Amino acid sequence: MENRLRILRAERNWSQQDLAERLEVSRQSVNAIETGKYDPSLPLAFRIAELFDRPIEEIFVSPSRRSSKAI
Amino acid sequence: MVRTSAWRRYNWRVIWLTLAYAILLIAAVYGFKHKLIPSSLTYPIAILPALPIIGLFAAMGRYLVEEQDEFVRMLMVRQTLWASGFALSCATIWGFLENFDLTGHLDGYYIVIVWYFGLGVGSVVNKLTLGEGGC
Repeated sequence: MENRLRILRAERNWSQQDLAERLEVSRQSVNAIETGKYDPSLPLAFRIAELFDRPIEEIFVSPSRRSSKAI
Repeated sequence: MVRTSAWRRYNWRVIWLTLAYAILLIAAVYGFKHKLIPSSLTYPIAILPALPIIGLFAAMGRYLVEEQDEFVRMLMVRQTLWASGFALSCATIWGFLENFDLTGHLDGYYIVIVWYFGLGVGSVVNKLTLGEGGC
Protein backbone atom coordinates (compact mmCIF):
# COMPACT_ATOMS: atom_id res chain seq x y z
CA MET A 1 0.00 0.00 0.00
CA GLU A 2 1.30 3.43 -0.98
CA ASN A 3 2.12 5.62 2.03
CA ARG A 4 3.91 8.74 3.25
CA LEU A 5 5.86 7.03 5.98
CA ARG A 6 9.29 7.74 4.48
CA ILE A 7 8.46 11.46 4.11
CA LEU A 8 7.10 11.77 7.65
CA ARG A 9 10.13 9.95 9.00
CA ALA A 10 12.52 12.16 7.03
CA GLU A 11 10.79 15.31 8.32
CA ARG A 12 11.77 14.22 11.83
CA ASN A 13 15.28 13.11 10.83
CA TRP A 14 14.55 9.62 12.08
CA SER A 15 16.31 6.59 10.67
CA GLN A 16 14.33 3.44 9.97
CA GLN A 17 15.83 2.04 13.17
CA ASP A 18 14.63 5.09 15.17
CA LEU A 19 11.10 4.64 13.86
CA ALA A 20 11.23 0.88 14.44
CA GLU A 21 12.20 1.41 18.09
CA ARG A 22 9.37 3.91 18.60
CA LEU A 23 6.88 1.47 17.07
CA GLU A 24 8.44 -1.54 18.85
CA VAL A 25 8.88 -3.43 15.59
CA SER A 26 11.94 -4.52 13.60
CA ARG A 27 13.71 -2.21 11.15
CA GLN A 28 12.84 -4.73 8.44
CA SER A 29 9.15 -4.15 9.22
CA VAL A 30 9.53 -0.38 8.76
CA ASN A 31 11.41 -0.95 5.51
CA ALA A 32 8.75 -3.34 4.19
CA ILE A 33 5.92 -0.92 5.06
CA GLU A 34 7.73 2.09 3.57
CA THR A 35 8.40 0.30 0.31
CA GLY A 36 4.78 -0.90 0.12
CA LYS A 37 5.78 -4.55 0.29
CA TYR A 38 3.85 -5.13 3.48
CA ASP A 39 0.53 -3.65 4.60
CA PRO A 40 0.46 -3.20 8.38
CA SER A 41 -2.39 -4.54 10.48
CA LEU A 42 -4.99 -2.04 11.67
CA PRO A 43 -3.51 -1.88 15.24
CA LEU A 44 -0.02 -1.13 13.82
CA ALA A 45 -1.43 1.41 11.36
CA PHE A 46 -3.11 3.15 14.31
CA ARG A 47 0.18 3.12 16.27
CA ILE A 48 1.91 4.74 13.28
CA ALA A 49 -0.85 7.34 12.95
CA GLU A 50 -0.73 8.15 16.67
CA LEU A 51 3.06 8.44 16.61
CA PHE A 52 2.92 11.02 13.81
CA ASP A 53 -0.24 12.57 15.24
CA ARG A 54 -2.06 12.28 11.91
CA PRO A 55 -5.20 10.46 10.77
CA ILE A 56 -4.47 7.10 9.12
CA GLU A 57 -5.71 8.31 5.71
CA GLU A 58 -3.06 11.07 5.72
CA ILE A 59 -0.35 8.44 6.00
CA PHE A 60 -1.72 5.52 3.98
CA VAL A 61 -3.28 5.98 0.56
CA SER A 62 -6.50 4.01 0.21
CA PRO A 63 -6.03 1.53 -2.69
CA SER A 64 -9.62 2.11 -3.86
CA ARG A 65 -9.20 5.92 -3.94
CA ARG A 66 -5.88 5.53 -5.71
CA SER A 67 -7.47 3.37 -8.44
CA SER A 68 -10.48 5.72 -8.83
CA LYS A 69 -8.04 8.65 -9.30
CA ALA A 70 -6.26 6.67 -11.99
CA ILE A 71 -9.60 6.26 -13.83
CA MET B 1 16.04 -13.74 10.32
CA VAL B 2 15.42 -10.88 12.73
CA ARG B 3 16.59 -11.79 16.25
CA THR B 4 13.54 -10.90 18.30
CA SER B 5 13.13 -12.09 21.91
CA ALA B 6 10.58 -14.68 20.72
CA TRP B 7 13.15 -15.95 18.20
CA ARG B 8 15.79 -16.28 20.92
CA ARG B 9 13.35 -18.27 23.08
CA TYR B 10 12.57 -20.47 20.06
CA ASN B 11 16.29 -21.12 19.52
CA TRP B 12 16.75 -22.18 23.14
CA ARG B 13 13.81 -24.56 22.87
CA VAL B 14 15.30 -26.05 19.69
CA ILE B 15 18.67 -26.55 21.43
CA TRP B 16 17.07 -28.33 24.43
CA LEU B 17 14.83 -30.47 22.24
CA THR B 18 17.75 -31.47 20.01
CA LEU B 19 19.72 -32.45 23.10
CA ALA B 20 16.75 -34.48 24.41
CA TYR B 21 16.43 -36.14 20.99
CA ALA B 22 20.10 -37.18 20.98
CA ILE B 23 19.87 -38.61 24.52
CA LEU B 24 16.61 -40.50 23.88
CA LEU B 25 17.81 -41.83 20.52
CA ILE B 26 21.08 -43.13 21.97
CA ALA B 27 19.21 -44.67 24.93
CA ALA B 28 16.62 -46.33 22.69
CA VAL B 29 19.22 -47.69 20.25
CA TYR B 30 21.33 -48.99 23.15
CA GLY B 31 18.28 -50.58 24.79
CA PHE B 32 17.12 -52.34 21.63
CA LYS B 33 20.63 -53.40 20.60
CA HIS B 34 21.35 -55.01 23.97
CA LYS B 35 17.81 -56.41 24.38
CA LEU B 36 17.27 -54.51 27.62
CA ILE B 37 13.70 -53.46 26.89
CA PRO B 38 10.81 -55.61 28.11
CA SER B 39 8.39 -56.57 25.34
CA SER B 40 5.59 -54.55 26.93
CA LEU B 41 7.66 -51.34 26.57
CA THR B 42 9.02 -51.75 23.06
CA TYR B 43 6.42 -49.49 21.42
CA PRO B 44 6.66 -46.64 23.96
CA ILE B 45 10.49 -46.75 23.92
CA ALA B 46 10.57 -46.83 20.10
CA ILE B 47 8.37 -43.72 20.03
CA LEU B 48 10.42 -41.82 22.65
CA PRO B 49 12.97 -40.28 20.19
CA ALA B 50 10.06 -39.03 18.09
CA LEU B 51 8.68 -36.89 20.94
CA PRO B 52 11.41 -34.17 20.88
CA ILE B 53 11.01 -33.99 17.09
CA ILE B 54 7.28 -33.42 17.56
CA GLY B 55 8.33 -30.85 20.15
CA LEU B 56 10.27 -29.00 17.43
CA PHE B 57 7.03 -28.50 15.50
CA ALA B 58 5.29 -27.37 18.69
CA ALA B 59 8.17 -24.95 19.34
CA MET B 60 7.64 -23.47 15.88
CA GLY B 61 3.93 -23.09 16.61
CA ARG B 62 4.68 -21.42 19.94
CA TYR B 63 7.16 -19.08 18.28
CA LEU B 64 4.49 -17.99 15.80
CA VAL B 65 2.12 -17.30 18.71
CA GLU B 66 4.75 -15.43 20.76
CA GLU B 67 6.26 -13.35 17.93
CA GLN B 68 5.12 -9.76 18.48
CA ASP B 69 6.54 -8.34 15.24
CA GLU B 70 3.73 -9.01 12.77
CA PHE B 71 5.94 -8.66 9.67
CA VAL B 72 8.55 -11.08 11.01
CA ARG B 73 5.73 -13.47 11.95
CA MET B 74 4.34 -13.25 8.41
CA LEU B 75 7.79 -14.10 7.01
CA MET B 76 7.99 -17.21 9.18
CA VAL B 77 4.43 -18.26 8.30
CA ARG B 78 5.38 -18.00 4.63
CA GLN B 79 8.53 -20.04 5.31
CA THR B 80 6.60 -22.80 7.10
CA LEU B 81 4.06 -22.93 4.26
CA TRP B 82 6.90 -23.33 1.77
CA ALA B 83 8.54 -25.94 4.00
CA SER B 84 5.30 -27.92 4.33
CA GLY B 85 4.54 -27.77 0.61
CA PHE B 86 8.12 -28.70 -0.25
CA ALA B 87 8.27 -31.62 2.20
CA LEU B 88 4.86 -33.00 1.19
CA SER B 89 5.75 -32.74 -2.50
CA CYS B 90 9.07 -34.52 -1.94
CA ALA B 91 7.33 -37.25 0.11
CA THR B 92 4.72 -37.74 -2.62
CA ILE B 93 7.31 -37.95 -5.40
CA TRP B 94 9.50 -40.30 -3.36
CA GLY B 95 6.48 -42.47 -2.54
CA PHE B 96 5.68 -43.02 -6.22
CA LEU B 97 9.34 -43.63 -7.14
CA GLU B 98 9.53 -46.17 -4.34
CA ASN B 99 6.23 -47.73 -5.39
CA PHE B 100 7.54 -48.35 -8.92
CA ASP B 101 10.81 -49.76 -7.50
CA LEU B 102 12.84 -46.90 -8.94
CA THR B 103 14.39 -45.92 -5.59
CA GLY B 104 15.19 -47.61 -2.32
CA HIS B 105 13.10 -47.30 0.83
CA LEU B 106 13.47 -44.14 2.89
CA ASP B 107 12.33 -44.04 6.51
CA GLY B 108 9.47 -41.60 7.04
CA TYR B 109 11.23 -39.48 9.67
CA TYR B 110 13.68 -38.18 7.06
CA ILE B 111 10.86 -35.93 5.91
CA VAL B 112 11.63 -33.72 8.94
CA ILE B 113 15.05 -32.93 7.46
CA VAL B 114 13.38 -32.13 4.12
CA TRP B 115 10.90 -29.87 5.97
CA TYR B 116 13.76 -27.94 7.59
CA PHE B 117 15.43 -27.64 4.20
CA GLY B 118 12.09 -26.28 2.98
CA LEU B 119 12.34 -23.52 5.60
CA GLY B 120 15.54 -22.49 3.83
CA VAL B 121 13.71 -22.53 0.50
CA GLY B 122 11.03 -20.32 2.04
CA SER B 123 13.68 -17.93 3.31
CA VAL B 124 15.14 -17.60 -0.20
CA VAL B 125 11.64 -17.00 -1.62
CA ASN B 126 11.05 -14.29 1.01
CA LYS B 127 14.31 -12.59 0.02
CA LEU B 128 13.51 -12.79 -3.70
CA THR B 129 9.96 -11.49 -3.35
CA LEU B 130 10.38 -8.96 -0.53
CA GLY B 131 13.97 -7.84 -1.08
CA GLU B 132 15.76 -6.44 1.96
CA GLY B 133 12.57 -6.62 4.02
CA GLY B 134 12.50 -10.37 3.43
CA CYS B 135 15.42 -10.64 5.90
